[in-house]
Amino acid sequence: MESLTFRHTTTTPSPGSTPRAITGVVASGNLEVLLERVLAPDACEVTIETPVRGYGDVWEAVVADFVARGPAGGLRISINDGGARPDAVALRLAQGARLMEA
Amino acid sequence: MTTVSEPDALSWYEATARQRVAAFLDAGSFEEFVGPSERAMSPHLTLFDLPRAFDDGIVVGRGRLDGRPVSIAAQEGRFMGGAFGEVHGAKLVGLLRAALDAKPAAVLILFDTGGVRLQEANAGETAIAETMRAIVDVRGAGVPVIGLIGGRAGAFGGGGLIAATCSRLAVSEGGRISVSGPEVIETNKGAEEFDSRDRALVWRTMGGKHRRLIGGADAYAEDTVSAFRRAALALIDAAPPFDLATLEAEQERLERRVARFGDCRDATEIWARLGVNDPDAVPAMTTDTFDETVARIPEASHDAR
Repeated sequence: MESLTFRHTTTTPSPGSTPRAITGVVASGNLEVLLERVLAPDACEVTIETPVRGYGDVWEAVVADFVARGPAGGLRISINDGGARPDAVALRLAQGARLMEA
Repeated sequence: MTTVSEPDALSWYEATARQRVAAFLDAGSFEEFVGPSERAMSPHLTLFDLPRAFDDGIVVGRGRLDGRPVSIAAQEGRFMGGAFGEVHGAKLVGLLRAALDAKPAAVLILFDTGGVRLQEANAGETAIAETMRAIVDVRGAGVPVIGLIGGRAGAFGGGGLIAATCSRLAVSEGGRISVSGPEVIETNKGAEEFDSRDRALVWRTMGGKHRRLIGGADAYAEDTVSAFRRAALALIDAAPPFDLATLEAEQERLERRVARFGDCRDATEIWARLGVNDPDAVPAMTTDTFDETVARIPEASHDAR
């Protein structure tokens, strides 16, 4: 297994007050994303556990893109990956961020 | 925690465990125990370089069904085939044991499992045994345990054994109930005995319609969350008392079944002996036609189990 952690600062906090949400399932080509509103509004941390080694720079790019696009401030995001492709990861992150807005 | 979906439109087969629970119970009534934030994950899978899940593939908690308090567990069939690992099993056993004190109107188990998780086999086997014991205790305390089976993994291996200890079972066409799965039978007995790639054979041997016709399942539900909800509500009120008379009736029912169908080579022969006019038509029957057929079969409904 490979563990990755990315920390970002952002000027766009996640709106809403949902304390936590989870989306997706750990299955082949899929992943689960757990979001928790526990950080300062200008911080976002994403940790990833993946059985597929060697794709740290791809994860870094997908996470940076998500933080740049979405309101992710205040969220600690934890991912259990089942070998998802970058587009599936981006989709799940966007789904998760939307769930937190309720 | 989860997106709310329309229970009439949501396919049970396609839904995740969390979607099933959210749409099955009264809206907003679900309260999860040992949720994903607690990160109660498998201590074993990392040793095999396999990914873990925050809930170890099972959602447990309490909520309301038509206003009545219920305990509920839902397996996630897409995470490792919904298989029983140590934490997964402990969550189900804990829910059942807590029901002895909480005395809900029912415990609902939304099965979706291939059986024991091979990477944690000893812990998984123990969990199966503990779950069966806990179900017996809960039923003995007067709380019905209702199993709902309609996920892609079905209820196989130890999951099939646990299902057999429930008070009542509801199944959909896509749901399968057995102990040895199709591939296991083929591996041990050969493709001539059982061809696991023959989907029609698999479903008429282990599928929901067959299980309903022979009385292995007590209700047949269309593949929607609302159909399973209606089936569960009816079964809670129809659950038999858990006493010696019920167990003796079950033993007698099973002995009679072996004597009557033991020499059959295919499920269609069993259906013909049960009195189904056109056994070959059963797999393609609509729910309404199938319900009418079941209503004419005395063996399909019983007071045993």
